[in-house]
Formats: sequence, structure tokens, C-alpha cells
Amino acid sequence: MPFIPHTEEDVEEMLASIGAASIEELFDEIPPDLKTGNLSRVPPGMTEMEITRLMHERAQADGFYLNFIGAGAYEHHIPAAVWQITTRGEFYSSYTPYQAEASQGTLQLLYEYQTMMASLTGMDVSNASLYDGATALAEAALMAVRQHKTSRRILVPGTAHPTYRKVLRAIVRNQDIEVVEIPFDPESGQVIPEQLDPFGQEEFAALVVPQPNFFGVLEQVDTLTDWAHKKNSLVIAVVNPMSLAMLTPPGEWGTKGADIAVGEGQPLGIPLSSGGPYFGFMACKQELVRQMPGRIIGKTVDLDNKPGFVLTLQAREQHIRRSKATSNICTNQGLMVTAATIYMSLLGPEGLRRVAAQSHANLLQLVEKLETIPGVKRAHSGFCFHEAALKLPGPIDEILQALKAQGILGGLSLQDYYPALSNTLLVCTTETKTPVDLDKFGEVLGKILKKYK
Amino acid sequence: MLIFEHSRPGRRNYSQSPTTPAEKQAIPQNLLRKSPVLLPEVSEMDAVRHYTRLSQKNFSIDTEFYPLGSCTMKYNPRACNALAMLPQFLARHPLAPEDTGQGFLACMYELQEILKDVTGMAGVSLTPMAGAQGELIGVMMIRAYHEARGDKKRTEIIVPDAAHGTNPATAVMCGYKVVEITTDKEGNVDMDALKAAVGPQTAGLMLTNPSTLGVFEKNISEMSRIVHEAGGLLYYDGANLNAVLGKVKPGDMGFDVIHINLHKTFSTPHGGGGPGAAPVGVAERLLPYLPIPMVAHEKGVYRWLTEEDVPQTIGRLSAHMGNAGVLLRAYIYVRLLGAEGMNRISQYATLNANYLMAELRKAGFEIAYPTRRASHEFIVTLKEIKERTGVTAMNLAKRLLDKGYHAPTTYFPILIPECLLIEPAETESKQTLDAFVTAMKEILQEIEDQPDMVKSAPHNMPLRKLDDVRAARELDLAWKPQ
Repeated sequence: MPFIPHTEEDVEEMLASIGAASIEELFDEIPPDLKTGNLSRVPPGMTEMEITRLMHERAQADGFYLNFIGAGAYEHHIPAAVWQITTRGEFYSSYTPYQAEASQGTLQLLYEYQTMMASLTGMDVSNASLYDGATALAEAALMAVRQHKTSRRILVPGTAHPTYRKVLRAIVRNQDIEVVEIPFDPESGQVIPEQLDPFGQEEFAALVVPQPNFFGVLEQVDTLTDWAHKKNSLVIAVVNPMSLAMLTPPGEWGTKGADIAVGEGQPLGIPLSSGGPYFGFMACKQELVRQMPGRIIGKTVDLDNKPGFVLTLQAREQHIRRSKATSNICTNQGLMVTAATIYMSLLGPEGLRRVAAQSHANLLQLVEKLETIPGVKRAHSGFCFHEAALKLPGPIDEILQALKAQGILGGLSLQDYYPALSNTLLVCTTETKTPVDLDKFGEVLGKILKKYK
Repeated sequence: MLIFEHSRPGRRNYSQSPTTPAEKQAIPQNLLRKSPVLLPEVSEMDAVRHYTRLSQKNFSIDTEFYPLGSCTMKYNPRACNALAMLPQFLARHPLAPEDTGQGFLACMYELQEILKDVTGMAGVSLTPMAGAQGELIGVMMIRAYHEARGDKKRTEIIVPDAAHGTNPATAVMCGYKVVEITTDKEGNVDMDALKAAVGPQTAGLMLTNPSTLGVFEKNISEMSRIVHEAGGLLYYDGANLNAVLGKVKPGDMGFDVIHINLHKTFSTPHGGGGPGAAPVGVAERLLPYLPIPMVAHEKGVYRWLTEEDVPQTIGRLSAHMGNAGVLLRAYIYVRLLGAEGMNRISQYATLNANYLMAELRKAGFEIAYPTRRASHEFIVTLKEIKERTGVTAMNLAKRLLDKGYHAPTTYFPILIPECLLIEPAETESKQTLDAFVTAMKEILQEIEDQPDMVKSAPHNMPLRKLDDVRAARELDLAWKPQ
């Protein structure tokens, strides 16, 4: 029997010990009329060999493409050691580290992770992860409202990831929180700080600042941060952790720095995998730590005064506080954080910086190349990190289709998210793209676009 | 030693990032990072050795018996991991066109269909990323249902006092007031308390069945009638589905909405605290509110369902479609086991739990509900031992670590004093259970002979008992260079 070790003899002895005649008898407290569990639509079992063949066939059907889609999920090289260690049974098959003495491996790793993320974001403290970037933003909004106390209004620019905004609205909808969308400048692709004042006349709990924003454009984070702080509001930074190897970390934005930094941790060693599992990260200023949701690891000592690690500040959490918890979150994305911590350790500060810098340089290279094609030009004038929007001279769906036929996923059509941005392509490059890849994209796109001249 | 303490300035892994510095850069000075990033500078071998050694400080299913009640720590088949990590699956971008993901989407569609059958529900959405998020989504749908009917007076969610802490925390996140109801002497929901709590203000009842007390709620059909007659809906917390898989379908018990913890029943790894996955299933009347995306199969083609297909959806609750890779592992697991294997799960999980309960009772332990069958788990209480010797459930738990067993769940459910919630799962052999009973007997003897030694356990672990109070009082959440 797959994964069940019992021999017939075992079963007999066990039933004898219980004093039951059959296994079925052990279900005698379930009312007979409820025993309707017969599974008619679950197919018969397969051997490992059979399922292996099936999954290989399905994987091959999906194939490989030269991918230029980013939009919140980024293809970076992941050193082999990352997942070899991460999937060791001791990490893979352990539970949330409630028994600290039997979980020092996971606990120490999470403490190292918190240290790395606090430094990367320039904040004081980090939690041990949330589900993903989108839900991390929603948790940050709830946290800001708890901290602010008098306002339940959150300002979110239209340049923030459209799906993040949807998730934010879905989660805070039932808690009387108002999400106010603030406009951006279509020319630069940024929020213009001077245009914010109408939105600041009424009190608000927090301003969300994406960096880079959904268009790949860099926002004027210092001015935005200072503006929100002047209104006695919090600043929630939504950042790509990879970009922070190059860009000013949220903790250093403006005069006082952002208050909460969240984002999608996927670029740090997590494969694209059709969207998950990824992990959300959250870091904040020290004074906000008791409002933070999720697991937090603290350093302490044992009875012999030897250093060790435990889950701490559990009085915030659902299993202690029940209906008064900061969030209902408990288990979230531990294994992904394991991978991210090993990834950051293998890359180190210089490695991470080089990955970020090469991703950025590749974008400049690609945009320069594609802009030589007649009719192709950047949609926005703002500076970019590793992603940019390009206007195309023809119907985008048809063009993407033609690119795909040649093995290239050319990027994301922005039309579905911003109706005004018709025939606009969001392209992304990471360090994984070689000069040959960039040339190929340019050549193939150039040929496809000839017919739209 | 922390990874940072292995660090030496200038040490790098040249093969793992671009070998030459990038040539082009166009970012204004004021947006560029000036402060260094505190990451270790170590060799590949340093990192591999460090994290391998850290892993060895963990207990895990792969290394120890892990009878953690309510968590279903069963064996995680390696094939599920290996096949979910085929390179094409890993490389697929979530926003890649549907026709480049038909293999993946086929797995997701079939998983939806299988989960419908397993739960007896009319529709399933795979998007929730953990049990707590499944709950949140489930209660959001309950709220959306009442609101769509213009029924705005329903402000309360009823939760038994034995429920997981996530239940009340979730209800509050959805803007509901929580009404806790008590449990009777036999471990069932107190029906009088339920009747008293239910009314026109009731939005729903959240229930785990079998309950967290390890017993089947025999009165479930009556409870369902009471709640439904008052216009409320029934929420099934699928944490304990392992106990009734292939026996009872939550839909047939009258539940309107359910979440299924795939990281429990469908054996996806717990990963030291996630990622999980908790698809939600709903009865007919909640179908319009399911979260997107879901997968449809039309004319031989798989595609995502979006807002256009499900206009009343409660929306999107993750950036893409939840923990896709976890869902793949669950799919592979269910295909390996098939219908017959699913049936066996509940049978052998129940056999193991009842056997272990019988043996521990014979060994002298007090069972919290001795007249009841165990579901897939059961509760031992140390109330009498604590009163007599001062040894607590936590002391015993720590002593079990010394003997090479992960501790059962302690102090949950909170209504049983000094409790151990024990769930052996179907993948453990009789021999493992017997060895565990032997260890428990030894501890029982140690409690009599040397209670102070038990109270100061663990003794054989890398560290002795850790100071939680100091951790919370003198917060140290990140390493600082000396």
C-alpha cells in the first residue's frame, strides 16, 4: 500500500489491543447516513513510474521560452546549491518551529534572514515572511491603520502593481478601510509629488510608494516620503528586493525613511513556477514591531546561557490572542525563506549588486536596441531599473503571438491593466539574458514589425 | 555560529553572478544606494556546510516521529517534490500565455475536480496560500453571500471554544464579532449553547469535524439544521480531513464552504512553516463568489477564469494563483494514491490513533475523552500528574525531544488542562508507535523517580530550555556587526 507500512499481522495486533473487530468499526461514531464518502471521480492510483511519465509529458508540453515578462515575477539564475540544501528533509519536512530546542536550524536561519532583510531594506526589523508581495501590502495597510489610530484611509498610486491593488482592496474591504487611488503622470510614468496635495487635505493613515513602480519606473521616493510624513502619515514602501542592491533602501528615503517596507521576495532565489510558492517580506521601524503580523524570531539564551533562537512576540499572534491578534496569519512561506537566505549567502553583497546592475544594464541595452526599430519607443520618460514600457507600432496581441511562435515571450501587454496604454509592452531583462538573447529579440521583433510600417 | 561570522571581506562565489561589472548605468545619484548591504561574504562550500549543519539541528518527518496533533505530519513522498520541480514547471512565468501552460493547467484543473469529489462541494478555487488564508476567503464568501441578498444584520460568527485560533482571528478580519460556544463533557459542541447563540444576527458557524478534540461531532446534522434555519452558513475547517477522507464528505454534512489544508491531508511539505495551500470548496449557492483565478476546461483547452467569467467574485487574494508548486505536489500525491489510496489514508490514520490511545491508556496515561473513539488524533491530559508532581505537559514534551521524538501539540485545545494532542498519521508503522509508547512509559517512571530532571528537560539536545521571556523583553531580532 503506497506510503502505509502496516502488515496484516500489525493490523490484527493493533485491532486486538484496541478491542475492535475491524478498522471499519473504528468509524462507528459517524452516523451511518453520513458515510457517503465514496470517491467516484478520483482516478485509480498510479505507480511512481507512471506518474513520472505523465508529469514529464505535461512539463514538456509547456516547454521553454526566452522570457522577457517581469511584472512582479522575475527570472534570475538560482545557484544549484540553493534548492539542493532547501529540499533537505530536515528543512523540507519539519513544521513551524514551536519546539525551539528541536528547531534551532530553522530558527537560526530565520534570524539570519531577518538580519539580511532588515539591512537590505534599511529598516530596523524584519518578520520571518508573509504569503506573497500582494498580501504583504494588504497586511502593511492594516498595520498602518492600527498604528495611525485616527485615519482608515490608504493612498495608493496608480503606478503600484494592479493586482496588488486588487488584493489590497479585497482584503481590507470588510474592515472599513478606504483605499484611495492617486493618479500618475502619463508622460513620465511616475507620481508627481506636486500633484498630491488634494489627496492630503483629508487625514490618511499611509501613502504607498512602489519602487520601482509597475512600469519599471523609479519614483521620486524622497519627496513622496517627506510629503506623507509632513501630513503625519506613514509611508509603506513596496520594493523589489533585488533592486535594493543598487537603489536607496526604504529606510533611507527622505528625511526619516519609510515606516514599513514590503514586497515580493521571489527574485531572491525562488523559481517562477507559475506564480508560487513565493514569499512576501515585511520590515519596519523598531517602534512598529508590536504591530507587525507574522512570525518573528528573537535571539535569547538557554539555561546554560548558550545563545539560541525562539519564536518571539507571540502575544501578537492568533494562537495566543485569538480574535485580538494582529492578523490571522500563522504558517506561511518558511521554505521559500530558507531558499532566499541561502541564495543571499551564496551571492553575497557584491554578487547581489552585480545581478541587479547587470539586469539594469541589460534593460538599457535592450531598450536602445528596440528603439532603433521604426515605431518603437519608450512609453515613459522616467528612469528605470530592469523593466520598461514600450509603445509598439501595431496590434500588441498579434505581435506577442508572432514572437511566441519564434520561442520568445516578449513581455506583458499593458492594455488589460491600463486601457489607455494600448499597444504598449512591458519588457523586463534580468542578468539571465545574454547579448545574443537581446540581439535575437531585437532582430525577431524588427522582422515582425516590418508589416506595420 | 551565524553565517555572518564566517564572512571574510572580498570572499566571493564568482560562478554565481556576472563575472564582470555591468557597463551601463542610468540611475540618478540620489536614488542610488550608498550604505552597504549586510550579507555574508563566504565561499559556496562555507554556505553549503553552514546550512547543512543548521538543517541537522532540526527535527523533521524525514528524521523523527512527529506526532504533532492537528498538523498531520505524514511522510512527504519524494516523487511529489522531484516531479513538481521539473525544469519546465519551474521556468514557467505566471503571466505567460495560457497556451504555453496547458500541461500545468491540466494538473490544476484535474486537482480542482478531484477536490470537488473529495469534499462533496460544487466548486473549488485553488488560490488560498495557507489554512488561515483559506479561512479568510471562506468567511469573505459568507459575507458576500449575505450582502448580495441585502441581509445586512448578520454581524456574528459562532466558533467553538476548541477551535483553532485562526478561526476567531479570521472572523474579526472579515469584520465579524466572534461568539464562542462551549463544549460538553463528551467533547461535542454544547447544543444548548449553540441554540442560545444562533439567531438572526448569525452569519455562520465555523467548525472542524472531527473536532480539534479528536472526536467526531455526532450531532453535525442537527447543528447544520439549526444554523441553516436561522439563515446562517456552515464553514468547515478542513484541518482534520485526514480522519474522514473517503468516509464522509463535508458537503454531505451540510457545510456550505470548506478549506482543505493540502499541507496536511495531501502531504505537501510543511517546510519549517510553509508554504501551505488551502483550496476552498463551496456549495452551489456560494459558487458566484469563489476567488479567482480558477481553471476552466473548454473544447480541449484549459484557461484561467477571470473577473469577466465570475463577476461577483470576492476577487484576487494573491498576486497570481496562490502556491502553484504546492498544488502540483498535491496533485501528484493524489494521482499516486488514487481513490483507493485516499480511502486507506483515513482508515490507517484512525487505526494508528486508536491503537496509540489504547496503548498509552494501558501505560497509565489519562485520556481526555476515554469513552470516545479517537478520530486521527486524541488528547492525553497531565492534569492529575501536574497537581501531584508539578510536572507539566510542556516538561513531558521537552523530555520526549531527549528521547528522539518530536513533541505532540501542547496546550491546545486550550480548554483541556495540561494537554498533549497526539496525531500519529497513517504513514507510521506499529513498531514506531510501540517505541514511542516505550519512551512515554519511561518518562512516566521518570516523573515518579526524578521529577526535577523531567522539569528541566531537555538534556540531550544541542541547547537546553530556552528563555522565551528574555527573548520578548530584550528584543534581539537582527545580528549587528561587532
